[in-house]
Amino acid sequence: MDTRLVAAILIVVGLPAFLIGYILLIETLLRPVPERWQGRIRPWLWLAPALAFLGFFLVYPTFNTIVLSFQDRFSKAFVGLNNYAYFLSNADTLVSLRNNVIWLVLLTALAVGLGLLIAVLVDRVRYEPAAKSVIFLPLAISFVGAGIIWRFVYDYAPPGQPQTGLLNAAVTAVGFQPQTWLQDAPTNTIALILVAVWIWTGFCMVILSAALKGISVELMEAARVDGATELQVFRGITLPLLLPAIAVVATTMVITALKAFDIVYVMTSGNFDTNVIANQMYKELFTNNQPGRASAIAVVLLVLIVPVMIINIRRFREQEAIR
Amino acid sequence: MTGGATEETNHQQEVTGRIPGALGEEIKIVDQRSTRTLGRAATLFVAAGLLVAGCSSGTPSAAPTTAPTAGGSSAAGSPGASTGGGQLGGSVSVIGTWTGAEQESFLAMVKPWEDQTGAKVEYTGTRDINNILSTGIRSGLLPDLAGLPGPGQMQEYAKAGALKPLTDVVDMTAYSANTAPGLVSLGTIDNALTGIFIKADIKGLFWYNTDVYKAGDPTSYDDLLAKGKQTADTIGGDAKTFCVGLESGAASGWPGSDWIEGFVLRQSGPDVYDKWTAGQQTWTSPEIKQAFEAFGNVIADTYGGGKNANATAFVATGDKLFSNPPGCVFVNHATFITDAFKKTGGAKDGQFDFTPWPDMNPTFAGAVEGGGDLFGMFNDTPQAKSLVAYLATPEAQSIWVGRGGALSANKLVTNYPNDILKKAAAALVGAKVFRFDAGDNMPQAMQDAFFKAVVSYAQDATKLDSILANLDSVQTSSYTP
Repeated sequence: MDTRLVAAILIVVGLPAFLIGYILLIETLLRPVPERWQGRIRPWLWLAPALAFLGFFLVYPTFNTIVLSFQDRFSKAFVGLNNYAYFLSNADTLVSLRNNVIWLVLLTALAVGLGLLIAVLVDRVRYEPAAKSVIFLPLAISFVGAGIIWRFVYDYAPPGQPQTGLLNAAVTAVGFQPQTWLQDAPTNTIALILVAVWIWTGFCMVILSAALKGISVELMEAARVDGATELQVFRGITLPLLLPAIAVVATTMVITALKAFDIVYVMTSGNFDTNVIANQMYKELFTNNQPGRASAIAVVLLVLIVPVMIINIRRFREQEAIR
Repeated sequence: MTGGATEETNHQQEVTGRIPGALGEEIKIVDQRSTRTLGRAATLFVAAGLLVAGCSSGTPSAAPTTAPTAGGSSAAGSPGASTGGGQLGGSVSVIGTWTGAEQESFLAMVKPWEDQTGAKVEYTGTRDINNILSTGIRSGLLPDLAGLPGPGQMQEYAKAGALKPLTDVVDMTAYSANTAPGLVSLGTIDNALTGIFIKADIKGLFWYNTDVYKAGDPTSYDDLLAKGKQTADTIGGDAKTFCVGLESGAASGWPGSDWIEGFVLRQSGPDVYDKWTAGQQTWTSPEIKQAFEAFGNVIADTYGGGKNANATAFVATGDKLFSNPPGCVFVNHATFITDAFKKTGGAKDGQFDFTPWPDMNPTFAGAVEGGGDLFGMFNDTPQAKSLVAYLATPEAQSIWVGRGGALSANKLVTNYPNDILKKAAAALVGAKVFRFDAGDNMPQAMQDAFFKAVVSYAQDATKLDSILANLDSVQTSSYTP
């Protein structure tokens, strides 16, 4: 029989059978154990398969990446901090790092800001669902697809020629020269970030809009009766109550900005000073065959994301405590 | 490598494009790709399945190696009956990169030999030939004959003692008298012919619109610049001598790398070119800088300038040759670009022609850059010897040429399906020095940096010194074994 068929049957039948068998086994083994010990041991044994999976697919690769980042390109000899030194001294990677900072600030500020603005404004109109659907739509488009769409928007033809790019067509219509939007640093990085903003604003809006609906109307009514202006209501009531949701959304955006890859890869391929570290990591590994350097970049990326995660988890715990 | 892949794909387009009514073949190629992807997906699925199920029962069949099939038939080849003409019987195992339409052409090419000798050709077409051959050399499981990835690998395999010399196999007098000298010398190691070219292709052809450019073949590169400029001035407006398109996704810049390689080869000769390819010639050296500057002059006289070159997809390079009014006079590309002339430029057959890249330095006259299918012999069975001798003959090579999509380095082959190919073949046959794409034979990191350098140089020519210095630093780090 075809080995692939055997494997498929093994997965479909074998895996559930194995798990059920495992649970039955530990229950049998636990039976002779005293009652009060059973309660302590059982959760760990039930958790063990999940922990093993996490360990194998998440923790082990993380540690292996850290080890690799201290090794040479053949992943054999240890080279100390060489890969990190390369990362911090190479002009290309420093440009990437700078661009990621720009991505982080602009993408987070614009996507969350616009999302919040739209969520609040749209909350009061009758055609809210329609408006929200339109803004949310780009999220359904893949990043590669969005990159290609926006490459057409930023398309360039020499002055005097018909402009096929939407933006240059608009610019020339009001009498300016066409611009090579994707080639002129530093505005080209902003042009790329706008694509990500276009995609992610809808996501921020939906989450914030849902949180907004959770704020009780009585609270706002009471403030208005007491004579608060709309701006005061927003600043004094809406914003503080939305803060947890904003924090969640902002964290997601920060991580998205640090992981930015597809848009840059498709639209400029990292040329013209638009490279980002995820793209750099990909290139070091798959083009340059430098697993050590790629791992060092991955570790830097991880280190940058960890504080954001810690803040996020802490907030989450505080909220849980309040409840 | 990305660039190499792109060019490879173009090559395929070229093949299908030239054959009249080649739609069927094109579909076949696509089919082959998708089945391969499917196969790979399935392998992944199996691998994932084994992992997830935690099942450790070894399934060796999942390992995707083709090496055993490659070597298996060499045993079948050895007990061949009588040698020297007549009925040989037995079989020859052959591995090549050709699939789809190209594979059919190769099989058509060996058919008369099979009929005559009664021996069978067992052909395997794979894109992964480099891997198969280098693992084969370590394990000893090698095909009788194989297409070699390039001259560099041929040297390597010959040094390892795996490749057998062809000096007493091929009719040397006929071969060297009729084949382009540059291709003979490229296949020769230590005075022994080791690789023969089944077919080849050349780069660096200056294409023009026959309705626009009528000044004839230029006598020198300067003459080409002068005649181009003159024509562009006659057109007036924004017209310039050249059109350049560098945009090609992650491999953006490769068309410019072909320009620069062409300059290095013609200005400074094959020795500098080889040293440069091997990482022994710095990018900041006068020879390479000179080539970049020559490309800079091209960009300075390019329609829309460097920024437009960066914004133009390489397939659309020729569009402005055929627009009204035309934007430029010349486009420098290999023969595959004619397909794009017709598809995106709206040109008709007969509306375009080319002139070969004129010599730039009399010392290196007849230097041509191109690519080709180099063939070598790993097992000298009577069948393999007989097949190599046959493949080197003009009779064999004219079979593929007649089917379209190939140039032969043999001047006795003349049955080209159209005038463009006939002219390209004439340029190939006249090649005194022949070199493969330098970038394709550099380490990937080097090639990638080369492409990126082309893009930033086209965008801002004033940065040349820092661009070359950066390439030097990539060179020091990427060539270390």
